[in-house]
Amino acid sequence: MMKNISLTKLIFLVVAFLPGRPVEAQDADALIQKLRSKMETVKSYEADGVMKTTVTYLKVPEAKVKLYFKRPDKLKIRNENGISLVPKSILGISIQNIFSGQYTALFSGYDSNGLRILKLIPKDENSDIALSTLYVDESNLLIRKAKITTKENGTYELEMTYGKYASYALPDKLICSFNLKDYKLPKGVTFDYDDGSKKQTPLIQSAKGQVEIRYTSYLINKPIPDNMF
Amino acid sequence: MQTVISVTNLSKHFKDAVAVDDLSFAVYRGDIYGFLGQNGAGKSTTIRMLLSLIRPTSGRIELFGMNLRTHRLDILTQVGAIIEKPDTYKYLTAFENISLFANMSGVKIPKKRLMEKLELVDLAERANSRVKTFSQGMKQRLGIAIALVHDPGLLILDEPTNGLDPQGIADMRNLILDLSRNHQKTILVSSHLLSEIEVMANRMMIIDKGKKVIEGQVSNLLDGTNMIVELQTTEADKTFQVLENSKWKSYLRSRQNGKFIFEMDKIQIPALNKDLVEQGIGVLHLQPRHSLEDYFLSITTSPHVEAAAN
Amino acid sequence: MWKLLQIELFKIFRKPRTYISFGAIAAIIILIQLGLKFDGRSYLELLMGDISASFEVPYDKVLNGYFVAFVILNALLIHVPLLVALVAGDSVAGEANMGTLRLLITKPITRTQLLLVKYAATVIYTVMLLAWMAILALLMSILFFGTNDILIARNDVMEQIEKADILWRYMAAFGFAAVALSTVAALAFLLSVFADNSIGPIVATMCIVIVFTILSELKIPMYDKTVKPYLFTSHMLAWKGFFYSRMGPDNSVIRGSIENLPAIGRSFWILIGYIVAFLGTAIISFKRKDILS
Repeated sequence: MMKNISLTKLIFLVVAFLPGRPVEAQDADALIQKLRSKMETVKSYEADGVMKTTVTYLKVPEAKVKLYFKRPDKLKIRNENGISLVPKSILGISIQNIFSGQYTALFSGYDSNGLRILKLIPKDENSDIALSTLYVDESNLLIRKAKITTKENGTYELEMTYGKYASYALPDKLICSFNLKDYKLPKGVTFDYDDGSKKQTPLIQSAKGQVEIRYTSYLINKPIPDNMF
Repeated sequence: MQTVISVTNLSKHFKDAVAVDDLSFAVYRGDIYGFLGQNGAGKSTTIRMLLSLIRPTSGRIELFGMNLRTHRLDILTQVGAIIEKPDTYKYLTAFENISLFANMSGVKIPKKRLMEKLELVDLAERANSRVKTFSQGMKQRLGIAIALVHDPGLLILDEPTNGLDPQGIADMRNLILDLSRNHQKTILVSSHLLSEIEVMANRMMIIDKGKKVIEGQVSNLLDGTNMIVELQTTEADKTFQVLENSKWKSYLRSRQNGKFIFEMDKIQIPALNKDLVEQGIGVLHLQPRHSLEDYFLSITTSPHVEAAAN
Repeated sequence: MWKLLQIELFKIFRKPRTYISFGAIAAIIILIQLGLKFDGRSYLELLMGDISASFEVPYDKVLNGYFVAFVILNALLIHVPLLVALVAGDSVAGEANMGTLRLLITKPITRTQLLLVKYAATVIYTVMLLAWMAILALLMSILFFGTNDILIARNDVMEQIEKADILWRYMAAFGFAAVALSTVAALAFLLSVFADNSIGPIVATMCIVIVFTILSELKIPMYDKTVKPYLFTSHMLAWKGFFYSRMGPDNSVIRGSIENLPAIGRSFWILIGYIVAFLGTAIISFKRKDILS
């Protein structure tokens, strides 16, 4: 254990104090600036999508949802025809406002797909986010993947697939994975019917959740009243 | 003479008791057959066996010439009955009760006929009252109307005057006589009162401890010259053999607990005594009873008095 | 046969006692509906506990007619057997007590016919009781609370069914409940054959159902494997199985599916087996019985 930690520290130190770091930091800021200005062309959107929730203790059908976004940080997911339990965490973490606030940015090489790895460390000590790692497609100016480590709520992973709306940096598909608290019902509230069979175990183990949203259309920069959120 | 009820060697044993013991009798068409015995003598058990409520332990029951065991449904369409208390659905009206049982009788009966039956028992005016408002006599009459609703050839009435006041008893008696004379019903009526059987029945049987004591025409049995003669000897079985092979057989009515009961003119008693002595049988007791009534009273002791007081 | 059935139904529905059950069901259902109308949110918060920590729960949508109906059925279907016993236990013993049984048996119908007709009438009463429940619990709740998807809390998982996929499940559940309650009716009916007054079989049925239900709900491993699979009360809850759906390979719920249909089927046949056994025993012993009432 000790060894691992010191190894991590060592790597961090090596990475942090690599020669030419100020240049890289500048490059990183420049890249962020480019990404940011592209994303900021979208002030708001209203999107139709299909949401699929995969959580150990939830058995929910795919749902048609409407998603509303407004700068700087308003996001709402609505199911007009039924009920959708929306994980609170994905409302707090939106890729659109990932660059808000003060942070230190630095490059951390490339991954196996040739994506630039970019790390953001918030300067605000009260920020829940401890570290964001972004995997950036530099030629198309798109964030393809993000790992966000929080102090309180575990780690989130976002994976974006782009298509028609790539020019607005809006994904066609978003997969968000997150940690969850365990679920246990107070005994006596339910009368479960014990059919004698082994419980069907969903594919994702432990208290992890995943939400997949497939966007079918966007209405970009259409004004959205605040009472929508 | 057509036999309506024929009972042969009928017995019923409950767990620890013999209720009916080797009983045989016959009821003919047109009879009012009196079935006399004290409470607990086995009358109700016999009647319940006739109506298939109780399974006999042994013996054979035929009604209308059909075996009850094999032709139960055919037989029951021709029988109407009151068994002990004439209980009906108290929360229903008289008319609802009678039409309910009419619908179960296997034949289609028009509404008019139901009302006729209620009129016959003088309940037409109360047809739409609930039975729970009825007096005991009215319930009894409703019971009769229900027993009659499908025009059965045979009526089986178990203690139909039980619990009635003197007027009710008289009404019931007249109704039974009317049903026999004017509606050609064959009637089996049970009672623990000889006086009642005497005025209604043409034939009768006395039953005691599940056994038949005597059976015959009421007029003959109650004739003063015919005496009930009780005999007790030293050797019951030998006595029985002797009697079987003699003219006395035709006078013998029953054999019970070592006692033999004869029905004969008292002038014949010395001859009987002589015959027995000649056969080497010691006669312990040979006594003429004054009448059937005396005899009945002698076998029906205190329980009878209590029951009559009820 | 049809005529005899009419007669039995006439007797049941002219008896004031019959309507106690209908009244009791109406009272309970209306009380639950009022409670949920005014304080449904607190109830839901209790039910959603851990879920609401991680998810946004639209409480006003969750509290809909389908959900309310499920809460009612869940609460009621455990106790309705007692109401069924009230009529089924009275069926034969009540007639013996009134003194009408001996008259019935002197009528030209077989004892088997009489019992079958009486049981059929009891089952019809049971079905009418369920229909009454369906009208009050489902129809009235839909009118008062509207419809939406239903969320059902189980011991380890939360089921969600889309509203368009619910109604048929209720129909199937009511159908199953009819069989389950007919099992209780058959038990009360069997006990009724042996008794000369109706209190005995009614109380005995209630006791058996209560003891079996407790054994069914106890989580004692020794009983789980040995006794529990054979108790009819364990299988009576299988109506809930219609509200559990299957998961597809892509980890989402398959619309219109049932998680474990064979288990429900097995429960169904076990209950039918109990009915046949209870009714068969009742007929055999009644045919032999000396009617002394």
